[in-house]
Amino acid sequence: MLDTLLPILLFSALALAAIGAVRRVRLWRQGRPSSVPVIKGLMQVPRRYLVDLHHVVERDKYISHTHVATAGGFVLAALLAIVVHGFGLDSAILAWVLLAATTSMFIGSLLVAKRRSPPPSRLSKGPWMRLPKSLMAFSIGMFIVTLPTAGILPEGVFQEGLGWIAALVLAAVIVWGLGEMFFGMTWGGPMKHAFAGALHLAFHRRPERFSNRAGGEHRSTGLKPLALDDDRTKLGVEVPADFTWNQLLGFDACVQCGRCEAVCPAFAAGQPLNPKKLIQDMVVGMAGGTDAHYAGSPYPGKPVGEHAGTPHGPIVNRAGGALVDAETLWSCTTCRACVEECPMMIEHVDAIVDMRRFLTLEHGNTPNKGAEVLDNLIATDNPGGFDPDSRLHWAADLNLPLMADKREAEVLLWLGDGVFDMRNQRTLRAFISVLRAANVDFAVLGTEERDSGDVARRLGDEATFQSLAKRNIKTLAQYRFSRIVTCDPHSFHVLKNEYGDLGTPETPANYHVQHHSTYINELVVAGKLTFKAWKGGSVTYHDPCYLGRYNGEYEAPRDVLRALGIEVKEMARSGYRSRCCGGGGGAPITDIPGKQRIPDMRMEDVRETGADLVAVGCPQCTAMLEGVVEPRADIKDIAELVADALIIKTPDDKATQSKPAPAAPRTVLEATP
Amino acid sequence: MPHDVSNTSAKATTPGGLNVAVLVSIGRHPLTARTRRADQDARAVEMALTLQSASVSLLHAGQQDSENEEAIRGYLGMGIDSVNLIEQKPQADVIPALAKALRASAAQLVLTGTRAETGEASGITPYLLAEALGWPIITGLAAVEKIEQGTAVVLQALPRGKRRRLRIRLPAIATVDSSAPPARQSAFGPAKRGELAIHLEPSAIDEALGAWHIQPARKRPKRLKIVKASSARDRFKAAAAKADGGGGQTLTDVTPEQGAEAIFKLLKEEGVLR
Ligand code: SF4
Ligand code: SF4
Repeated sequence: MLDTLLPILLFSALALAAIGAVRRVRLWRQGRPSSVPVIKGLMQVPRRYLVDLHHVVERDKYISHTHVATAGGFVLAALLAIVVHGFGLDSAILAWVLLAATTSMFIGSLLVAKRRSPPPSRLSKGPWMRLPKSLMAFSIGMFIVTLPTAGILPEGVFQEGLGWIAALVLAAVIVWGLGEMFFGMTWGGPMKHAFAGALHLAFHRRPERFSNRAGGEHRSTGLKPLALDDDRTKLGVEVPADFTWNQLLGFDACVQCGRCEAVCPAFAAGQPLNPKKLIQDMVVGMAGGTDAHYAGSPYPGKPVGEHAGTPHGPIVNRAGGALVDAETLWSCTTCRACVEECPMMIEHVDAIVDMRRFLTLEHGNTPNKGAEVLDNLIATDNPGGFDPDSRLHWAADLNLPLMADKREAEVLLWLGDGVFDMRNQRTLRAFISVLRAANVDFAVLGTEERDSGDVARRLGDEATFQSLAKRNIKTLAQYRFSRIVTCDPHSFHVLKNEYGDLGTPETPANYHVQHHSTYINELVVAGKLTFKAWKGGSVTYHDPCYLGRYNGEYEAPRDVLRALGIEVKEMARSGYRSRCCGGGGGAPITDIPGKQRIPDMRMEDVRETGADLVAVGCPQCTAMLEGVVEPRADIKDIAELVADALIIKTPDDKATQSKPAPAAPRTVLEATP
Repeated sequence: MPHDVSNTSAKATTPGGLNVAVLVSIGRHPLTARTRRADQDARAVEMALTLQSASVSLLHAGQQDSENEEAIRGYLGMGIDSVNLIEQKPQADVIPALAKALRASAAQLVLTGTRAETGEASGITPYLLAEALGWPIITGLAAVEKIEQGTAVVLQALPRGKRRRLRIRLPAIATVDSSAPPARQSAFGPAKRGELAIHLEPSAIDEALGAWHIQPARKRPKRLKIVKASSARDRFKAAAAKADGGGGQTLTDVTPEQGAEAIFKLLKEEGVLR
């Protein structure tokens, strides 16, 4: 009986899976078009899976082993089952391999079961709780039916007497297993992640982020530009179908592992955001329905079951109650911790900014100080609404060389909007004293500089971003410099990764941009700076999101600190796992309330290391962390630490003659607090 | 895109639908002099948009060039579909053209800012219009409470946060200053898509204006107010104190003639009228 039943079961499960696959693909195709290389993409899947995806999964050794055993076992077992039981190929060797594959899968499923008893809060429950049992059903069922083929049990054991009953039970177990593994894969069960995930890897919206055989850095963190001149299309994402189809496909690939939830600073602060739930809400919207079946942690403070959506219904309603609430989208600091951790390579930040674009550009609904900041950026080119002509007032005594006078310089020093902030002016002064001590040929744009557009873009105002960026590009095109150096990782990121798209053939915008820590490190390595011995207390270092995760610069700041004689006491969350200070993505401007503040949590991380001082490399981080009430560690920018430790060589006679007024070394002495 | 308006707290109810015209001008940012929507005019638009079941139309008399267009589009970005632009020469007196357009438009309530940010910015336009149309005018409109049977019950803002409830006969002109609620954000998409409906009108050239010599204002040093205060309370009192005008009298229950007489007398005393 089983001999006839098994092929029927197998092929009907496969047929149903195929129907489900077509339905699923049609759900994705509701999205906007986006062209991808189909064949090339599909060919890349094994590599992207085995190298890039595995690289992320491997951060959790337990689950990476589990997944290798389970998924590897399953793929092999499924293929062999089709050959052996589907087509009835009577090969003892294949049967033995099939036995081995199902055994591996069974061991994997035991590990899955163990991880889920009890499940950590970041994991989803609901249907996911039955997954280990379904995996066992499939592996055990397949194992037993294969025993006769492998010659372990006599042929025909399942045909008489007790065997009949055993066969019935076995058939039921296999139906369960096939149901979950084949049918569920395309009809929306937990195994959907395998089907959608593989295609998501093939058709990812940012193919640049995957490694290739040539090696090298593979990072893709700049936001994609929005076409603004088409009068008919709406700007940004209003309804789920406004995402591109491969974004929808990406959302569908989520395994609800909750790694993103575990690292999200907004979630930890009790703000109404949970990246995992957000992705699931997009899936709900794409398929139509309510979030009542969601079985993971909710958005803090927002009960599950009150939101619903359809593919062509709005995601956000002004009055709330649509698919997600606006506060959820505005809570994100765009720190990219979720993207960094996501084993399915889902791009949460892109999705959030896409939806913000609609809210800002079409609804005109940027919360709290958002509208004011954007108006200021439009009218004065800086978020504070300060007189743009007063950009260099803070440096009246520094006699900074201007690009407008010099026309060319080795280093173009991008000052950023920190020029209007008294705290950041100290950092800038320190960095300028370092540049002067190393005799660097540099110049600033002065009043020709504008806000880089970072905050406007992250608040969804692509129009203001592009306007600022294009004018900055035009200004930069007038001068010759071999690199741009800045103390602001946000300007750094935007200049380096986002201006390129807006360049024109006459004014290309591909600059060599460096963060000041990288540049100082180069000066140190070149022997241009000498330092006094470090006499302060213990120090920890806070990685800025826009320097670390966005641009992969983890080492240079640490090297500089080491060169100063400082041994960094690392925080539990540092490097690519660094926790955001709460200052990115316009979050301090939209200011969505939570239970605690993100910078407070970060200073708590600092406190746990026992460090007396936290070294930072970003004006936002400085402001956010210094806003935490005392007692707390001191906060100093790397540039300040370096400037404090400088040993100034005796002034060069020639230099003082040619430039009598503000001799460089004097300034250094003044700048050191 | 729908800039949905109905959600904002609307106070007035008008069963028949009320025609509201808002006069908008080109603004200028105080620091950078870039053109923008004028703050007070934008507040007037905001007030019009919060009136329930009012049909709002925007009117601007001036030149059409790219800078002006950008400023006008700032109003469209508040969720307005189109602005009527009455094209006028730079030297024109816009009152006749505006009066003609308003008479033709069946507007029952005309809202506008108290004073423009560019041009003469004398704040006299609403008065001249009211005179030309023969309509009543109310200044410092803070809120429209109710509109029924050809009259409106409104709140007028007085200095230092005081409010006065007034009942005015429609059609009327009302001006809005910075005590009115701030304008909503102007969104890029609707601003870009909104329509500028251009009407050509003969310009009545303002001869006097042509004869004027206009130059940028010179910055005058501000006199420092020296506060001798020993406690925080005193400092606060000094900072919040009303500029003392001294003297003055409050007239209540007088006929309009008596009121006018008193004002006339005062202006003579002060040398404003000779
Ligand atoms: S979005 Fe990524 S990290 Fe978050 S739950 Fe889904 S698969 Fe896991
Ligand atoms: S980018 Fe950061 S704040 Fe935003 S959802 Fe991801 S982890 Fe949370």
